[in-house]
Amino acid sequence: MDVVSQLQRQFLDFTTSLYREGFLDDQFVQLQKLQDESNPEFVIEVVSLFFEDSEKLLNNLSTALQQHIVDYKQVDALVHQFKGSSSSIGAQRVKNVCVSFRNYCEEKNVEGCFRCLQQVKHEYHLVKSRLDALFKLEQQILAAGGSVPMIA
Amino acid sequence: MIHVISIGLKVGHLFLMLCCWIVSVISMNWLGNGGVMDIKTDFLGDGGKLWVKLWEKMSGNSFKVHHHYYQYIGSKRVRKTWSWKLLVIWVAFFIIVSLWVYWYMSSQAVEKRKETLASMCDERARMLQDQFNVSLNHVQAMSILISTFHHGMNPSAIDQRTFARYTDRTAFERPLTSGVAYAVRVLHSEREQFERQQGWTIRQMDTLEETPVQEEYAPVIFAQDTIAHVVSLDMLSGKEDRENVLRARASGKGVLTAPFRLIKSNRLGVILTFAVYKTDLPSNATPLERIQETDGYLGGVFDIESLVEKLLQQLASKQTILVNVYDTTNLSNPISMYGSNITDEGLQHVSGLNFGDPFRKHEMHCRFKQKPPWPWLAIMTSIGILVIAMLVGHIFHATVNRIAKVEDDYHEMEELKKRAEAADVAKSQFLATVSHEIRTPMNGVLGMLDMLMDTDLDVTQQDHVRTAQGSGKALVSIINEVLDQAKIESGKLELEAVRFDLRAILDDVLSLFAGKSQEKGVELAVYISDKIPEMLIGDPGRFRQIITNLMGNSIKFTERGHIFITVHLVEEVMHSIEVETESSSKNTLSGLPVADRRQSWVGFKTFGQEGSTSFSSSSDLVNLIVSVEDTGSGIPLEAHPRVFTPFMQVGPSISRIHGGTGIGLSISKCLVGLMDGEIGFVSLPKIGSTFTFTAVFTNGCSNLNEQKKQHISNQSSAVSSDFRGMKALVVDPRSVRAKASRYHIQRLGIHVDVVCDLNHGFSIIGSGSKAIDIVLIEQEVWDKDLALSTLFASNLKKIDRGFPPKLFLLTNSIGSTRSGIPTAGNDTPSVIMKPLRASMLAASLQRSMNVGNKGNYRNGELPSLSLRNLLLGRRILVVDDNNVNLLVAAGALKKYGADVVCVDNGKKAISLLEPPHQFDACFMDIQMPEMDGFEATRRIRDKEYNVSTRIQHGELSAETYRNVSSWHVPIMAMTADVIQATNEECLKCGMDGYVSKPFEAGQLYREVSRFFL
Repeated sequence: MDVVSQLQRQFLDFTTSLYREGFLDDQFVQLQKLQDESNPEFVIEVVSLFFEDSEKLLNNLSTALQQHIVDYKQVDALVHQFKGSSSSIGAQRVKNVCVSFRNYCEEKNVEGCFRCLQQVKHEYHLVKSRLDALFKLEQQILAAGGSVPMIA
Repeated sequence: MIHVISIGLKVGHLFLMLCCWIVSVISMNWLGNGGVMDIKTDFLGDGGKLWVKLWEKMSGNSFKVHHHYYQYIGSKRVRKTWSWKLLVIWVAFFIIVSLWVYWYMSSQAVEKRKETLASMCDERARMLQDQFNVSLNHVQAMSILISTFHHGMNPSAIDQRTFARYTDRTAFERPLTSGVAYAVRVLHSEREQFERQQGWTIRQMDTLEETPVQEEYAPVIFAQDTIAHVVSLDMLSGKEDRENVLRARASGKGVLTAPFRLIKSNRLGVILTFAVYKTDLPSNATPLERIQETDGYLGGVFDIESLVEKLLQQLASKQTILVNVYDTTNLSNPISMYGSNITDEGLQHVSGLNFGDPFRKHEMHCRFKQKPPWPWLAIMTSIGILVIAMLVGHIFHATVNRIAKVEDDYHEMEELKKRAEAADVAKSQFLATVSHEIRTPMNGVLGMLDMLMDTDLDVTQQDHVRTAQGSGKALVSIINEVLDQAKIESGKLELEAVRFDLRAILDDVLSLFAGKSQEKGVELAVYISDKIPEMLIGDPGRFRQIITNLMGNSIKFTERGHIFITVHLVEEVMHSIEVETESSSKNTLSGLPVADRRQSWVGFKTFGQEGSTSFSSSSDLVNLIVSVEDTGSGIPLEAHPRVFTPFMQVGPSISRIHGGTGIGLSISKCLVGLMDGEIGFVSLPKIGSTFTFTAVFTNGCSNLNEQKKQHISNQSSAVSSDFRGMKALVVDPRSVRAKASRYHIQRLGIHVDVVCDLNHGFSIIGSGSKAIDIVLIEQEVWDKDLALSTLFASNLKKIDRGFPPKLFLLTNSIGSTRSGIPTAGNDTPSVIMKPLRASMLAASLQRSMNVGNKGNYRNGELPSLSLRNLLLGRRILVVDDNNVNLLVAAGALKKYGADVVCVDNGKKAISLLEPPHQFDACFMDIQMPEMDGFEATRRIRDKEYNVSTRIQHGELSAETYRNVSSWHVPIMAMTADVIQATNEECLKCGMDGYVSKPFEAGQLYREVSRFFL
């Protein structure tokens, strides 16, 4: 019981910090709300799909930007995808970088694009590690027989 | 003179050319190099070719320059210096021209003067010469006379006396001579004899003494009386005379002396001498022969001075010219013969005089007496030219400056226009952004209200929530209206055609204004004729907007009394005009007089023509006439004409006091126009205004498919089923108000009777003929006689029929309610606040009567329009290339119970949506690789259209297509950026709406409800 409540406390703190630091926004809350008995793994499902997608997109982006002649249309399409999926799961900071990434794309600014790519990778890895940690906590809570507390 | 005219013509021509040039310059809006060139060509007067060529070049040039000009907006100064240079050149040039003209004309004048002088001088000289010659001839004739009668006869026929007499009498023949004398040649050998013969000695001329011995002598023997003193003088003794005599006899012609002072008269004169020969000599005789043959000498004295004077007097123009006559035999020292010695360098003319003596030369010098007059003509002409040139220069310069200024202004304007346009764009952007920013949180609010509705609320709370929701929705729609204002102005506004419930809309509007009206104590009521179908097809938002605008205005200006909305069919109103007439002005909702509403539609065309036929032709159309009647301050008469003008308010203070932009009515007018209707008003100051408009809708009930109709009736009956079959009694002395109340109560399925007072009411209840379940009493009636009211209440209690009728008070404002109630003791009647609305009425009735199962409502049956209800069991196709998005969207929809199918591109969607299919709706991402949402939708619509037409033409059997003859699956765009443009694009390609990504419950609900209601 003690362990559970501690874990729960930890979970809550961690989650609020995620919102506070802007890693996640309301959309993630919405996502959590969509999860119910009929669909208990919804969030994890979506997020892991997001990870999968993102890895692919980031790879594609890297190769696209390393081309001798950069196809900005393609890059833009990829970033658009990335932006869509990140905003769908509420990865706010990734989404914001994507917005400026698209601007650079529009300007055909290679340097800016590279910088953004680095940034977006960085942000992605940050949010990934946070979410992984979050899910881990969740698992631990569930394993300890507690229930995952909800925010909001 | 001809010269002057020709100059004038030339100058005129020049001006004409210049004017042409200036006009061309103005018209081309141009100046620069070409201008100077142009002037030059004009000047050279070169023919048309060069001119045309240059013109072409110039126009090309000018375009270039013009184009250039835009790049150098700041080149104003450059141009200014150019124009200055041009002006200076112009002025300098014309100063030269005018000087030249002056010089030319004055020289012409001088020339002419000279000519005049010459001709006058020559004329005088000739006359002088002629007269002289006449005298000369006569003297010569006299010499012949002497030779004949003196020398030819012996003794002589002439003596001194004869000669003197003869010469005197013939003096008129010799006008120029003052006298004639004859001297005879006497050789020294003959001297003594001669002297003796004559009786005097030969005297010397100057001394008048006896002549010393000479070789020969020439003593005067005859002389005219005027010069008788010369008789006996030896002509050879005078130096001049001697020379003369000698020359005369040698040449045989008349010879003149140099002018000299005459001895006696002391006037200037000359002597003409002719030799008289013994025999006729041949003309070619040698001088020696002549000398040998000489007999004597005849001399005539010419008084030149008097001679010329006489002559000039004869010519009578003595004043204008001065004449000098000179003997110029000795050129270096001419001897003046006549005229004052004036040393004047002025104009002078010299004419030669020939007096028949080749040895002597004479000249006549003439000059004008007066100085030459100022050449006024030349001065005036040149000044005139200068002035005109200056004026033209000024005009030109002013024009250039003006053009420059206008151009500068134009550019400034351009700049301003650009800025204004930019500002306009910024404004639109701002509006779009702000409205979006407002909409988003509003959606949150609405969504939350939605959710709140799902929770366990009591009826009042539900009503509050619903009101809050309605207001929120109204706010969102107002934001949309602000956006649409621009559209209305640009005429791009198009109306929707959706099915809607007119009564619900008016209930909504009432709720919106309920708070305000209660606060003000203004009674608010709606009456909708039961002839109007339940469902109409049209644009509910716009209709609501009109009503809201009119209501908003009314409530702003109404402090007491009522605002009453009535909706009728046009036909109904037309047929009942007489009925309306008898309802006097007293019979109004609040009892206050109102403006006669019929006046407000006087100008309507629908009434002007024999309207009824035009409506009945299409039975499907519903012609509504809506009146909003208030008892407010009215519109001042002078403001009537501009009521519908945008941004016009009655006075500036109005906007301060009441707020508002003043576009409401103009928008309403536009909207009414779009609904094929008309709007009008009547307004009496201090009494109130009534706005009336008509609108044409389509009947929504007739062509419904059966299933939906059922659905709807279920929905609405959810409210009313509990009360169906009940009977109510309304106690209200005012029929109009009672009618409105009855309308609302009847909507709940309750049968209504109206009585005008309590006694009457009680008698109906007491008679037991009808089982009255509900009694509604107007606050006014209740307050009028509290004792009676209390009695009435207690009497009702006593009626024993299961349970007594429930008593309700219909009241207007919170304040008045409280005052009246306490006296009713424990039988406090429930109070229903006006304005009456079906839902509110139902809620109030329910609360006090405990009718129905409350749980029913809790589960959201009454609001019932929750998303879950809408989406439960629906098959929905979600199309998005982004897997994550797809999953989230699907999750959201599934949560509301929908059956979701996901595909990740447009092509799959097309194949899945090919009729026949089972999908109820499709959510489609717009931005997708390969094929975007617009394109996919377009193709789906094409296919649907194909199938539908083929089914309708019987080419395909409807059974294969699930008995649906018209295929149209609702497709909603999913988009991250919700802006107006996208919305339009969506509608254009056949989509039915759009929802923003990620889903927001409120928006999703609004969109989905349009199809699944």
